[in-house]
Amino acid sequence: MCLAYPGKVIAIEGDFAKVDFGEGTIRDGVNVSLVQPQNGDYVLVHAGYAIQIVNQSAALKTLRYWREILAALPADRASYEREVRGGLT
Amino acid sequence: MHVCGSHEWTITHFGIRTLLPSNVEVRAGPGCPVCVTPAADIDSVTDLSLHGKTILTYGDMSKAKGSELSLFEAKARGGDVQVVYSVHDAVEIAQANPQREFVFFAVGFETTAPPTAYEILKGPPRNLTFLVSYRYVPPAVGAVATSPDLQVDGFINAGHAATITGMKAYEPYFMKTPKPMVFAGFEPIDILISITMLLKQIAAHDPKMENEYTRAVTWEGNIRAQEAMDKVFERVDGYWRGVATIPESGFRIRKEFTSSDARLKYGLKETPGDEQFIPQARCGDVILGKIDPPECPLYMKTCTPASPKGPTMVSMEGTCKIWADHKVLAAMRCRT
Repeated sequence: MCLAYPGKVIAIEGDFAKVDFGEGTIRDGVNVSLVQPQNGDYVLVHAGYAIQIVNQSAALKTLRYWREILAALPADRASYEREVRGGLT
Repeated sequence: MHVCGSHEWTITHFGIRTLLPSNVEVRAGPGCPVCVTPAADIDSVTDLSLHGKTILTYGDMSKAKGSELSLFEAKARGGDVQVVYSVHDAVEIAQANPQREFVFFAVGFETTAPPTAYEILKGPPRNLTFLVSYRYVPPAVGAVATSPDLQVDGFINAGHAATITGMKAYEPYFMKTPKPMVFAGFEPIDILISITMLLKQIAAHDPKMENEYTRAVTWEGNIRAQEAMDKVFERVDGYWRGVATIPESGFRIRKEFTSSDARLKYGLKETPGDEQFIPQARCGDVILGKIDPPECPLYMKTCTPASPKGPTMVSMEGTCKIWADHKVLAAMRCRT
């Protein structure tokens, strides 16, 4: 039971926040009493409650790392099969 | 092995197993809360629903059969069952209908337990009680680590459950049976990186507790959520349906909150701890990760998503349902 989605807190009123999950999906009434975020924080939301604040610097570091990995991959499928998969059985 | 239905979904959906070398196998362990909820508890709520109480439940849970009926089927027979997205919805519905009695079927892992603890602490409406059937994952990882049948070399740990408990909750089990552990996120690339980290630990004979999901998981976890759970629940032995009773892996509402406890209010039966599935079905073996779904004789023959015969084919976190939806028909074992 690990379904949780990251979204950005765009408004807070007491225990509840309006969270923007991107691509037009905005949800009101997300309970944030377990995490106490600030406006602009990203939170992980599970069954209507925010369970953790996303650590932005760790997230940005992770995204940079992923971009490096993906950039280092061969550009086309054939090269990928040869250079990456070729070494594996 | 991983212990999270959502990890199994990512792994299957993105074809991760097809990318791995033939001597690396990723197995789905007991990570589906609906699948491991005892039939006795499902029987309790279906019975209550047919006797004038309104059962508030998550959608996934409503489709799993107890020893005879699912809540969905009870509803078709006139039972009062309402699907909710969150425990907060349950509180609102109960508040809006003071003349009716409601029971919230509190199912899930430690990711889902804190909001319920929070609502109980806040003082829910008097006409709402909770049938608590949560399970706690770290002891299950401990049990799997010591299982001679499974011989797991490393664990992909459930990232979102760990945001609540912190990595620290796994330390006692790691110290007892040091096996490589990586706390993983849910993007496909999170899984691939986690597998790489595990393979490095295995190759170096250097088991560690490592964190791949640094943007969400910390050593300490969510202290506020932990405190809410500790205040409201005590941990007891938990029966995982068709698998085993695992010590300290269940939750019971503490005496101070008796008025919220549906088990006490309605005198509900405890589970005997030895439940069976329908004849020939190997749901328990799939849940534990002993076999892959195609190794069950019913898989995609008599048991399909349209006509499920066990909880692993009902729940969106069940291994059988995930494999069936993605049309995976062959077991994915190591080939070398």
